[in-house]
Amino acid sequence: MTRKMLALALVTAAVLIPLAGRAAAPLQLKSVNVDFPQSDRMFAGQGADALNNNCLACHSAGMVLNQPALTKAVWQAEVNKMIQIYKAPIAAADAAAIVDYLARTKGSGS
Amino acid sequence: MSTQPSDFNRGSLTRRLLLGQVGSAGLAIAAAPAWAQTMVDLALPGGPGERPIATNFPQKGAMILQRTRPPLLETPFEVFDQDVFTPNDRFYVRWHWAVIPTAVDVDKFRLAVRGHVDRMLSLSLKDVQSLPQVELAAVNQCSGNSRGFFQPRVAGGEWANGAMGNARWTGVRLKDVLDRAGVKAGAVQVRFNGMDEAVVPDAPKFMKSLAIDHAGDGEVMIAYAMNGEQLPLLNGFPLRLVVPGWYSTYWVKMLNDIEVLDRPDDNYWTKTAYTIPDTPHANIKPGETGVTFVPINRLVPRSFITNIRAGAKVPARTPTLARGIAFGGDAGVARVDVSSDGGRTWQAAQLGNDEGKYSFRQWETRFTLPSSGDHSLLVRCTNTNKVAQPDMANWNPAGFMRNVIEATPVVAG
Repeated sequence: MTRKMLALALVTAAVLIPLAGRAAAPLQLKSVNVDFPQSDRMFAGQGADALNNNCLACHSAGMVLNQPALTKAVWQAEVNKMIQIYKAPIAAADAAAIVDYLARTKGSGS
Repeated sequence: MSTQPSDFNRGSLTRRLLLGQVGSAGLAIAAAPAWAQTMVDLALPGGPGERPIATNFPQKGAMILQRTRPPLLETPFEVFDQDVFTPNDRFYVRWHWAVIPTAVDVDKFRLAVRGHVDRMLSLSLKDVQSLPQVELAAVNQCSGNSRGFFQPRVAGGEWANGAMGNARWTGVRLKDVLDRAGVKAGAVQVRFNGMDEAVVPDAPKFMKSLAIDHAGDGEVMIAYAMNGEQLPLLNGFPLRLVVPGWYSTYWVKMLNDIEVLDRPDDNYWTKTAYTIPDTPHANIKPGETGVTFVPINRLVPRSFITNIRAGAKVPARTPTLARGIAFGGDAGVARVDVSSDGGRTWQAAQLGNDEGKYSFRQWETRFTLPSSGDHSLLVRCTNTNKVAQPDMANWNPAGFMRNVIEATPVVAG
């Protein structure tokens, strides 16, 4: 029994020492080269072209489709933010079409 | 009060039993039906709560897909029941801009330190790693974690509770890097910039700033490892700022540029975005005007039950185990209390190992429901500054800083 415990202690020490040694050494960082998955989701239905042509260059459709129902005023503010702050080059007619689409499909009616 | 989202259609209790019997998470996961891993319902009020489970992001396991590009990936809530530290391949992901380098050469990478300093620096990763190594356990939580539970709902990343994680961060003190460059008198802030860029060139670069005293406090770190391994690219490889006790918006990923400023930072992401009402719990009424907004800053305490999902069946009149995680925010966890009678009485939970004041802390307790039928389990964390989670959910237009006492409805029978 004592011999078994001693053997166990030796095994434990043999395992722990290299681990401790490794922890003290600086981590060897390795170069990374990866691919990101792409989304093929598109907006559908009347007026969807304005979104597919203007929104998907910067973010996938899921960002919009996962939003809750929001008022037209909130959707207008979101589209304004994309244009004025995030500098999305969206023509005025398209911006109006985008807001209409969002208020129609993701609107809360007020 | 709110409910926790249901996560996978797989009871944590059942899974835990499986784990106890086979002693292997891998086996338990393999035993789950494939359909259970394809979609998740986050049970967001008013919907939509359905999200796919994505397994095709590099260096990542099964994650809740909030947005493909730029990636927003949420940690499935069951992960928080498995360990006090969140595995790197399950750690949530949040990017602002879509142009993210997909390759980083560790020999060519350089970290610039410039601005109001005596010496400009261009540090290789080896240079960074030659500085004294420090290690710290800390929670990284998105400012908008749990935004999807705000009522009325607000626009933004519609997260459930999984835009958070806890890791052991290894790296160097920001102070040591700044000392090498020599901060000049009159410096007021330090600005951090990463390698990500917007598709539209005129869009504001994602940059964040900290006050000079905060940056040099010896706790703010530049991490090159999390949980003993290099960071996944999507979590900021090769270097990420770690700002213990502060919201993740400051934890700039793929950090390659540090600029010491002799004037307050007026860039959009520091000055305008990520601001909260300057009110208790960052709470205002919808539509309220005349509110002063300030940059979001310190984390606040939160706690969650991780082994019982919303709507679970539990036995009546039988002591039942509840366990979970808590964090104190900018201070340690002093106590975690659980109520099974709607908050009339509270019992102290036993706390697990203390991994440091910025870490998740596990807790557990046993509760007994006196009768069959509907009940609600509440859990409340109080931190070492004696700050406790509030009874009422906060509201603000950006959906930031939720930390209401969480309620988990259960059915006793």
